[in-house]
Amino acid sequence: MKKVIAFLCNWCSYAGADLAGVSRFQYPPITRTIRVPCSGRVNPLYLFKALYEGADAVWVSGCHPGDCHYQTGNYYARRRFAIFNALMDYVGFEKGRVFFSWISASEGKKFAETVKHIKEEVEKLPPRQKFLREND
Amino acid sequence: MIERIREEARKAFEEGKIEILIGFGRGTLRATPIFIEKKEDVDKLIWDDTCWINLATYLRRFRGKKTGIVAKGCDARSVVALIAEKQLKREDVYIIGVPCQGMKNEKGEEFLSCRYCEYPTPPVYDVLVGEKREGKKENYPDVSEFESMPPEKRWEFFSEEVKKCIRCYACREACPMCYCEECFADSLDPRWLEPGLSLSSLQFWHLVRAYHQAGRCSDCGACERACPMDVKILYLTRKLNKEVRELFGFVTGLDPEALPPLGTYSTEDKEEFIL
Repeated sequence: MKKVIAFLCNWCSYAGADLAGVSRFQYPPITRTIRVPCSGRVNPLYLFKALYEGADAVWVSGCHPGDCHYQTGNYYARRRFAIFNALMDYVGFEKGRVFFSWISASEGKKFAETVKHIKEEVEKLPPRQKFLREND
Repeated sequence: MIERIREEARKAFEEGKIEILIGFGRGTLRATPIFIEKKEDVDKLIWDDTCWINLATYLRRFRGKKTGIVAKGCDARSVVALIAEKQLKREDVYIIGVPCQGMKNEKGEEFLSCRYCEYPTPPVYDVLVGEKREGKKENYPDVSEFESMPPEKRWEFFSEEVKKCIRCYACREACPMCYCEECFADSLDPRWLEPGLSLSSLQFWHLVRAYHQAGRCSDCGACERACPMDVKILYLTRKLNKEVRELFGFVTGLDPEALPPLGTYSTEDKEEFIL
């Protein structure tokens, strides 16, 4: 089973996941959720670290632009992750292992769909080989 | 040029504008940084093609003192970036700007960072020594060339370069923007990165080091010149400079009032990468 480390913001995406649960939307059990106060709380170092430690993919999800509980946290996050994506692509790290999304607390359906989408994308790829911590 | 620098330095001491001056002096192999506290010593200052070091690196050591700095274009931009990040006060720094002729290595070849230099003349200075020099139009030809390679080749290149690294952190020490009290690479709790020279840990170091420079790097190339193993690292930071310029329209070190691009946002930022 693939493992995806999901950084979900407390106010939107985590609540979205909760709604997916209470609404009984089925989605693949690939995510390992880390609840964060805001997508702006996610230091890109966490993403490097998660990939380094062997996650098949990382996923950051926050509130839609304009809906941030802290007004602007997701805007900062957006800039950081644009740069993160650019750097990882540039050095030739495979695409399809890093995901970002906006999912609101009312979008349980979208949450389930997004997890399915991520699973499909990750399963297209061969097992992780690049940028993996060596267990020596 | 050297005479003009000494003259301006002497004047600054006499007028009480500075208590200490960071400049270049004669070293054994190349110009070495010197710290001048008396005006009698200004004759030790020199200027030539070996002033490789980014002197802005030393500025934070003298915080609270009126500090002068002999700065070429990239040094001055680093100073501005430090001011923008509230690491220094503008009024504490006295910039003796020197329009830079481009620095050369031992073989007399111009460095990559100088070849594409857009701002040989400091964009911000208190006094300028010599004639302004026009920079070249920056369009990152080396970055575009690297981008056009297939991803596997890029990964291979990155890995091969990184393998040479001995994790001495000379790149970090040479960089004016690497001023964290505790670097993530040294942190034991949380321990982001274990010691050792495994390929992945070297990749980790180089990726995160480059990432931390996004929107802050003045492209001085001091990191690459400081590297004892000749690891190429400028192509990473230059890529991020290019990206920051294209995405956020920001160029580092031009305006001390401008917020660093990752410390601010725009509601209009592109987001096609978001699901």
